[in-house]
Amino acid sequence: MQLTVGPIQGFWDPGKWSAFYEQLADTPDVSRVVLGELVCSKRLPFYQTRLPDAIAQLLAGGKDVALASLALVTPLKRERRMAAELAAMDLEVEVNDLTMLAHLAPDARFSVGPLVNVYNEGTLAVLARRGAMRICLPPELSATSVRRIAAATDMPVDVWGWGRLPLAMSGRCYHARYHDRAKDQCQFVCAEDPDGLAVDTLDDQQFLAINGLQTLSGQCANMAHHLPALREAGVAGLRLSPQTSGFFEVIELFAQLTAGRIDAEEFCARALPHAPGGAFCDGFLDGPTGVSWSGSKDQVRTQPAGTP
Amino acid sequence: MELVCPAGTPASLRAAVDAGAHSIYCGFADDTNARNFPGLNFSRPEMADGIAYAHARGARVLVAINTFPRAGETELWHRAVSDAEALGADAVILADLGLIAHTAERHPDLRRHLSVQAAAANPDVINFHASAFGVKRVVLPRVLTVDEIASINRDIDVETEVFVFGGLCVMAEGRCSLSSYISGKSPNMNGVCSPASHVAYAEEDGEMAARLGGYTIHRTPKDAPAPYPTLCKGCFKVGARTGYVFEDPASLDASELLPALARAGVTALKIEGRQRSRAYVAQVVRNFRQAVEALAEGRDVPLGTLARLTEGQAATAGAYNKIWR
Repeated sequence: MQLTVGPIQGFWDPGKWSAFYEQLADTPDVSRVVLGELVCSKRLPFYQTRLPDAIAQLLAGGKDVALASLALVTPLKRERRMAAELAAMDLEVEVNDLTMLAHLAPDARFSVGPLVNVYNEGTLAVLARRGAMRICLPPELSATSVRRIAAATDMPVDVWGWGRLPLAMSGRCYHARYHDRAKDQCQFVCAEDPDGLAVDTLDDQQFLAINGLQTLSGQCANMAHHLPALREAGVAGLRLSPQTSGFFEVIELFAQLTAGRIDAEEFCARALPHAPGGAFCDGFLDGPTGVSWSGSKDQVRTQPAGTP
Repeated sequence: MELVCPAGTPASLRAAVDAGAHSIYCGFADDTNARNFPGLNFSRPEMADGIAYAHARGARVLVAINTFPRAGETELWHRAVSDAEALGADAVILADLGLIAHTAERHPDLRRHLSVQAAAANPDVINFHASAFGVKRVVLPRVLTVDEIASINRDIDVETEVFVFGGLCVMAEGRCSLSSYISGKSPNMNGVCSPASHVAYAEEDGEMAARLGGYTIHRTPKDAPAPYPTLCKGCFKVGARTGYVFEDPASLDASELLPALARAGVTALKIEGRQRSRAYVAQVVRNFRQAVEALAEGRDVPLGTLARLTEGQAATAGAYNKIWR
């Protein structure tokens, strides 16, 4: 099972951003890295000039490297230009909004990210005909759908393995709204919460996290218990979503888990201190809800009251 | 401008046609459409009758097949498309890339609209769907300003349809998993958001708590009207603040913006509410028909008549106004 590190979802300090990719380049357990701006086009200029160095380091470290396209492209000139510039770069693009297909050359080879709605083999076939060569499936899919899609294609299929789940995108910036600022005058306040800002219910139930235009899960997805089933389904790799602290420990634990040196229980016990939000979920695969957790209850700090 | 109106039942379809709808959108009673509520939607014979009723009165019927087919079960969606064509639908409203490609290939003469569930929010992706699959119209997401809609229309050759009244979706539709995260039911796969089957109310300490999937979305004083616990319109805690983090519990009412939407080049105005009663549909359609006729004749658009039909008696023009963000 390969490990892919997905794009940073939050807005990180540029120095920290560079240090992260420098360390990742020297992390042998990671075979593939997708980087670049996924959420907000206003963030890219803060680290755009650092991208070439990071890419060079990752390639020198033997990683496959792809550049993520923006998850929601509005009619803004800078967003459409970003898509065009990505297509013109001599590097694999990970499509996270079908807008990219309009910019990629007909013979371009690309990968498909988890924010594109690939719910079935028919959609996958259309993307494959267009040049897709690898896909990370949407986190919302059930294990049955993952199995059926993986069985229907020769292309490597990844699933979301770790990290706060990308649940929604909006034209509205919730960080700016929370700070009573207009979106256009956000003053990049999302940088205060590089792993997301917790949204709890009125009864203090842990619920969601906001990340600018994006809404994330409050709980940290962790597919450790599903590794045997995912392997059997033919899944090629797990996607791990970066976080500002404890992430390299999580990578190390996944490496031990996939190599069979520790079991899922031990993985969860050791990974819990590093989980954003301090609780796990893995329910989209075969639970009653996405937030459900298949492991032991002491691996979840907050339980919703009275689930019907 | 064309008025596109909802019908969750055959009776609502007739009511909408009689009240002046130019087009009706509706779906089959199964997982293939994004308002898959119990007791709603159309059997095949009901669809045939509804299309005949509409066509006899000069109205069109657009069939929404806008959920994402389940892997291994795409035949249900393929059959919905071929049945819609056989029954005489004027167009199908689609979201899934695979289903759009299938329809373009196997049913080239069937007019294809891009559902709001496809979340096509810029000219490049709209033109891609037009050139690759012959899509003739796109239903725009409810996260764009009027200026942005105008800029999209300048760069595309396909028609645009926008929501003007009813529920307000603040996330990019078709790309939101919030509901399935806590209820296991999703707009994309099950055609439902914040489903009633997962709602519970409880009187606690003189307050009414409203929960969705066990998560407390609202607490209101016992005698105050309690809004339906729609997930993204809930009241939450963030840091030291408590409030409506995503959106207030308000409905969309863009009737004041009809002239601006017309200037922005919008072809069709869509009214949300296939789950609404026949009486509601008739009233809203009648009011909007008067409004679009006034607009066409250069008269002032009558305003304010719809306020009491909005959720919690509160309305917003949503993203169409730039300050919404």
